[in-house]
Amino acid sequence: MLRWFPENISTFGGDIDGVFSLIYYVVGFWFLLTEGVLFYFIFRYRRRSGHAPTYVRGDRWTELVWVLVPAVIVLALDLGIDAVGGPVWARVKEHQPPGGVEVHVTGKQFNWEFTYPGPDGKFDTADDVTMDNELHVPVGQNVHLVLRSRDVIHSFFIPTVRLKQDVLPGRTIKAWFNATKPGQYEIACAELCGFGHYNMRAFLTVHDVDDYQRWVHEKWPAAAAAPTGDKG
Amino acid sequence: MQAVVEPDAHHAHGEELGFWRKYVFSVDHKVIGKQYMSLALFMALVGGLTAYLIRWQLAYPETPVPGFHWVPEPTMYEGVVPPEFYNALITMHGTVMIFFVAMPFLLGAFGNFLIPLMVGAPDMAFPRLNMMSFWTIFTASMLLLASFFVPGGAAAAGWTGYAPLSADPVFTGVNWGLNLWLLALALEFGSFLMGGVNFLTTGINMRAPGLTLTRLPLMVWMQLTAAVLFMLSIGPLIAGAVMLLFDRTIGTGFFLPERGGDALLWQHLFWFFGHPEVYVVLLPGFGMLLEIFPVFTRKPIFGYRAIIYSTIATGILSFLVWAHHMFVSGIDPRLAMPFSITTILISVPFAIMVFSMVASLWGGAITFATPMLFALGFLATFLIGGVTGIFLGSATVDIYLHGTYFVVAHFHYTLFPSVFLGGFAGMYFWYPKMFGRMLNDTLGKIHFWITVISFNCVFIPLFLCGVAGNMRRVYNPMQYDFLKHLAPLHQFATLATIVLMLGQIPFFVNFFWSMVAGERAPDNPWKANTLEWATTSPPPHGNFAQVPTVYRDPYEYSAPGAGEDWLPQYAPQPSA
Amino acid sequence: MSVMSIAEQPHAVSPEFTRQPLGKVGMWWFLASEIMVFGGLIGSYILSRIAAGGWVAERAHVNTRLAVINTLVLLTSSLTVVEAHAAVDAGEQKRTRMFLLCTVLLGCMFLGIKGFEYSGEIEHGLTPASGLFWSFYYTMTGLHGLHVLAGIVVNFCLFIAAGGRGWKTIQHRVEYAGLYWHFVDVVWIFLFPLLYLA
Repeated sequence: MLRWFPENISTFGGDIDGVFSLIYYVVGFWFLLTEGVLFYFIFRYRRRSGHAPTYVRGDRWTELVWVLVPAVIVLALDLGIDAVGGPVWARVKEHQPPGGVEVHVTGKQFNWEFTYPGPDGKFDTADDVTMDNELHVPVGQNVHLVLRSRDVIHSFFIPTVRLKQDVLPGRTIKAWFNATKPGQYEIACAELCGFGHYNMRAFLTVHDVDDYQRWVHEKWPAAAAAPTGDKG
Repeated sequence: MQAVVEPDAHHAHGEELGFWRKYVFSVDHKVIGKQYMSLALFMALVGGLTAYLIRWQLAYPETPVPGFHWVPEPTMYEGVVPPEFYNALITMHGTVMIFFVAMPFLLGAFGNFLIPLMVGAPDMAFPRLNMMSFWTIFTASMLLLASFFVPGGAAAAGWTGYAPLSADPVFTGVNWGLNLWLLALALEFGSFLMGGVNFLTTGINMRAPGLTLTRLPLMVWMQLTAAVLFMLSIGPLIAGAVMLLFDRTIGTGFFLPERGGDALLWQHLFWFFGHPEVYVVLLPGFGMLLEIFPVFTRKPIFGYRAIIYSTIATGILSFLVWAHHMFVSGIDPRLAMPFSITTILISVPFAIMVFSMVASLWGGAITFATPMLFALGFLATFLIGGVTGIFLGSATVDIYLHGTYFVVAHFHYTLFPSVFLGGFAGMYFWYPKMFGRMLNDTLGKIHFWITVISFNCVFIPLFLCGVAGNMRRVYNPMQYDFLKHLAPLHQFATLATIVLMLGQIPFFVNFFWSMVAGERAPDNPWKANTLEWATTSPPPHGNFAQVPTVYRDPYEYSAPGAGEDWLPQYAPQPSA
Repeated sequence: MSVMSIAEQPHAVSPEFTRQPLGKVGMWWFLASEIMVFGGLIGSYILSRIAAGGWVAERAHVNTRLAVINTLVLLTSSLTVVEAHAAVDAGEQKRTRMFLLCTVLLGCMFLGIKGFEYSGEIEHGLTPASGLFWSFYYTMTGLHGLHVLAGIVVNFCLFIAAGGRGWKTIQHRVEYAGLYWHFVDVVWIFLFPLLYLA
């Protein structure tokens, strides 16, 4: 199952995949064990002449222990899974690491709009540029997203970054990522938003350092000498 | 064993009832149960058809669906499903299957039929209310089906109906379709509220002498717990449905930010109900399994009390986990860990129940009649649904898996085993009691193997699609380069869906044929212990000639010193 | 031997459990579900109000005086329904009917005053579409009003039934209708301060 994941190009993606793998092996073990015991019992305890059923009710502790001990182990493993997953969640969703570029994302029926602050680094100024369906970021830098919706709930999903966040009308939500590998990757909407939901396809372009400079100069030719969009 | 009581049906009310009072507007819980069953089976065909259309579009996008060229525009275009209708299909598939198949089948049919019989009562506490509950859901079904034919088509905002998509017709282009959907749901909720009042009053207050709560068959425990869960969880959703209807029609703004409302409020109200609801449709399925296992292993269920305590614990915990459906919805991220923990905690009572079920087989003498095959198939298949829930309960992993086919596969692996494998297990087991005839066991086995194998073939590929990032409710995944390689998986799943649907033909043939030509059923064909087997097959109006007395626990099979390998609840002490 | 019917065990008491009649147990379960309906609405109202900063300006437009009168009307009707129940227990048919009718009339008065309130508000242009506070106001009081109406109908039917040969059979139903009426009253006791006072 693990080989069906798309490639991971994000700094926290490996951690998320790691929690998945942990669950996969823990759960896989229990699944095979339980299923195995089930099939073994079905085979072993089928009716055969000369073998009377054993009258066991499972209401004594000595009998229940066979069920309770595994259940307690399951509990311990589950809590362990949460203990491993918790810090990863906090890192991805609760904290915004400092520095990097900022892009405003607006989901609407039926496409994504990306607004860049331009060389002045500030939004709602004359050099802001809004593009449909194209997210351009530099490799290896934190990218801060400010997510909004113009109409209904959409969900901003970049599979190769392991990033997903619902965007809501009337709310502003922050997310971040840091891409490790240049290339072009697809972005999709992951929350039913109307008949065009399947069509909200956008592209993340991760530029290496030189390529990103070139892209900035292309977009903002007047500010050729300005530094690349460092936050603050 | 001892002679079964022979009740005299005709003197029950001093008059013979006419056709309409006896078969249509009957107040007899057994007739009402069969009416629910008919409704559920019919709506299952509707739900299955929607699945066929959905799966065809996913496997062979924008090609005509075989057999559907006659559907007029703009619903379909010469047999091709357009995006608008696709969204209506996935919405109605979920709505029909959960509210008009799962609940009527497991609770409406089996709950109604079995509870009075299993507690030794002549009928439900409120027979006329019972009749009203059926006709209410019947009306609801008609409204729901009618919504396919109104301008704008049927509801298309998902069975979850998230706002604001559902709160303003401008977002979906669906107007009356969604209003009818809300009205149909409101009536369905009302129907099951009526049913819940009946189940609980009957189960608590009308038990035969000697039938203490700890001698109650586990099926009754499961039905009662499901009823409690439903009664206590549906309220906020009823409130939400009223609010949504008003947003759509009279200009209120509960879920619309531009009118001052909050898009997330709907999700909280919906899932507060939505999560307990999944246990409402799961527990009765377990109930089937727990009644069938002891009969076909000829030994008691393992851990009767442990199972009861676990069921109650699950019920209580089910009210505390709802936001695991909302991890990436925009709730405060700090809420994620508490809900992850409560979600993980639910796996403990579940583990106890599942392990107890497996342990119930230990030391048994298992025979493989069709009911037992389905019950075993239920357990084996449900395990996959159960363990995949662990992935989704971890907020971290849910970041990636939310809204993908992993979720779809997970919930089909819990719902389908309960509703269909568990439901069919119950069908094959209690059909003799309901109709006085045996179902053909060979056809039953064919039905079983086709169903369980093709079901797995549909949904295992969908887990892989989910891991690959395939979003759900997406009309044409092949638009995306990163999903193109999944086309063979989708096609395989669609083929398996067709096999699964065709595999139900043996069941329908068996069901109708056996009703008229099946081998006549004795009172107790399975040599089972619970009270419903103490009377005739089918039971008369009033169920028992006199109130039975209960002498012991329900699963005394192969008890030491009993003489035979079963010892009914209603039999006095055997002479030593 | 004949099959036993429901009529032969009209108030079947399970030997070891509730010792309550069927109708009462059923009514309590029904009320439990109703508590969740209003609970959902009221909870949503409270949270929305906190998020919106209190809705002080909006709430200045509700008619508190009329609502106080309505509260007294409803409380009195709960008293009359208790009296009706006591009269049934004492076997006093005329008295029962009188108090049932009083309850019905007080209920109608409540609805009448509420309708008058609504018409005043609508005249001022305050409709359910006038903002989130008003959305909640109309929905909560409207749903409550529908429940009052249902109670009026039930009590009226009991009043009629108590007049004829039905007197013997409806007696226990007066108590259950009373329970329902008390519930409707309690919901108002929550709505009144939330919408009109604090």
